[in-house]
Amino acid sequence: MRLLFLGAALAALLSGPASAQSPDKILNASYDISRELFARINEAYVAKNPGKSIDQSHAGSSKQARAILEGLEADVVTFNQVTDIDALVKGGAVSDDWQSEFANNASPYYSLPAFLVREGNPKGIKNWDDLVRDDVKVVFPNPKTSGNARYTYLAATAFAKEKFGDDEEQVKAFVKKLFDNVPVFDTGGRAATTTFVERNIGDVLITFETETRGIAKEFGDDKFDIVVPEMSVLAEFPVAIVDRVVDKRGSRDFAKSYLDFLYSPEGQTIIAENGNRVHDEATAAKFKDQFPQVRLVTVEDVFGGWAKVQEEHFASGALLDEIYGSR
Amino acid sequence: MSLHQAKPPRVGDSPAVRRTLIALVLLVGAVLVLAPLIVIFVQAFSLGIQAFTAAIGEPDTLHAILLTVITALIAVPINTAFGVAAAWAVTKFDFPGKRLLIVVIEIPFSISPIVAGVAYLFVYGLQGLLGPALQAADIKILFALPGIVLASMFVTAPFVARELIPLMQAQGRDLEEAATSLGASGWRTFWSVTLPNVRWALLYGVVLCNARVMGEFGAVSVVSGNIRGQTNTLPLHIELLYHDYQTAGAFAAASILTVLAVVTIIAKVALERRGAGRRSRVSIAAPSMIAEEPTS
Repeated sequence: MRLLFLGAALAALLSGPASAQSPDKILNASYDISRELFARINEAYVAKNPGKSIDQSHAGSSKQARAILEGLEADVVTFNQVTDIDALVKGGAVSDDWQSEFANNASPYYSLPAFLVREGNPKGIKNWDDLVRDDVKVVFPNPKTSGNARYTYLAATAFAKEKFGDDEEQVKAFVKKLFDNVPVFDTGGRAATTTFVERNIGDVLITFETETRGIAKEFGDDKFDIVVPEMSVLAEFPVAIVDRVVDKRGSRDFAKSYLDFLYSPEGQTIIAENGNRVHDEATAAKFKDQFPQVRLVTVEDVFGGWAKVQEEHFASGALLDEIYGSR
Repeated sequence: MSLHQAKPPRVGDSPAVRRTLIALVLLVGAVLVLAPLIVIFVQAFSLGIQAFTAAIGEPDTLHAILLTVITALIAVPINTAFGVAAAWAVTKFDFPGKRLLIVVIEIPFSISPIVAGVAYLFVYGLQGLLGPALQAADIKILFALPGIVLASMFVTAPFVARELIPLMQAQGRDLEEAATSLGASGWRTFWSVTLPNVRWALLYGVVLCNARVMGEFGAVSVVSGNIRGQTNTLPLHIELLYHDYQTAGAFAAASILTVLAVVTIIAKVALERRGAGRRSRVSIAAPSMIAEEPTS
């Protein structure tokens, strides 16, 4: 009897602590500029769940997806690109029904490409068609390298599609004119911000609404105005449980409760305070003044989904190359 | 030495040319090196001393500093031993494949660190060569300390050997042969003859190696996994803070990294000064100066 007990104890020891019991620590792999947001989220979550803790990894979300496929043991991902979770699905790390595991396509919050203009909006920039005027210089990063700028490209294209109907030539001409108005294409959102803010180039910076707030806060509210156009594209910030990792570590319950917390009123409030729009109606009503009305179209509705967008617009030799290359 | 005594007419002898050149060098040095360094410290303290200490005292920043120091403490000694052994083998012995060895040692110099990092992914990654076996054995290399140390070591492998080889080549094998003929063992010869002759070059190599290990970004960035408080080295942490609009924090962390580098350089200079009086000039000369001397 005693021997049996000893043997069981030994087996438990050898099998490692990971599978023996649910760990009290998980790793959240997130995109590169979400540090402040998740620092607050994690603090609030731990306050409610004492003894638990969450480690954070931050990098470009494509890089994070790659790292997870190569063995980074992230229990959950909180990304800013749907396509990067799709990459995890392809690699077998996340199950392909991830978007139905959580509400709103597994996107606890969202944002949209918006404009940041110089104080007082001297050029009177209000909507997408102001950006193709001859006297307006626009700054956004290179859509070939920046996910942020891809949303800008998609929003401008969606606007032109509405305006010109299905006249593809006119849509193309509109987007091309927009690209012609960009004096420099930086590789990433942060570099574009530097160009606009510190090098003082351009009349308008296009980036996520949440970013425009961060910039205004960091560099001075009195220097810039935020302009939310009448329509824009819904930018989702998708989350998922990394099945391969939670199954190995036995952390599925913890991971799920953590992501659920993002949808709770408390989580939604923190998210909204950080400049993101949320779905929870009570929370959204509380922050109504900060988020002007905007009509959002989705990538699904206008472009038929990310796979199609990738193929028709962003693949090499596709529409974006045609417009970008012909500048 | 003779270099300084001989005075044939040459470029730079005319005072006007000389002064212009010196002024140009000082100007370029100030713009390229000094100004950015000053900016780092000005920015770091732009919000006051308290903001600076608060930024440095943040647990994640402290951990990043600690991790960077630990990485250097592991990588530098190993690379020093490797560099000395490689230089010793290459300069004191003839063997087939010697040239190949020299080339291999120098490869990391010419390869971009990002390539090194990606190569490690392909070897140790889950989709790579050894990844599945390592995971089955529950051994973590990537996205943990071993990966960071390995990547840093790869990038800095040539530093010590590169400093030693030209000097040891210039010094030749006469002293070692004499020691051996007098009955010294190989080990004794190494400790009493070879090592004392190269110690300043060795020190210089170690300092460079250390500075580079602490500052390495590209290769480490690929294999680190960027887990805050776990695998974020100081350079990665600086980038993260910067991207996060934590400008003051980023510059504060950058100033710490700069100080770490400057301290090693100062330590090197101080050690050199203490030893300089007792040694002949040849052994303390930098390898580049040796290389300029005509080899007989």
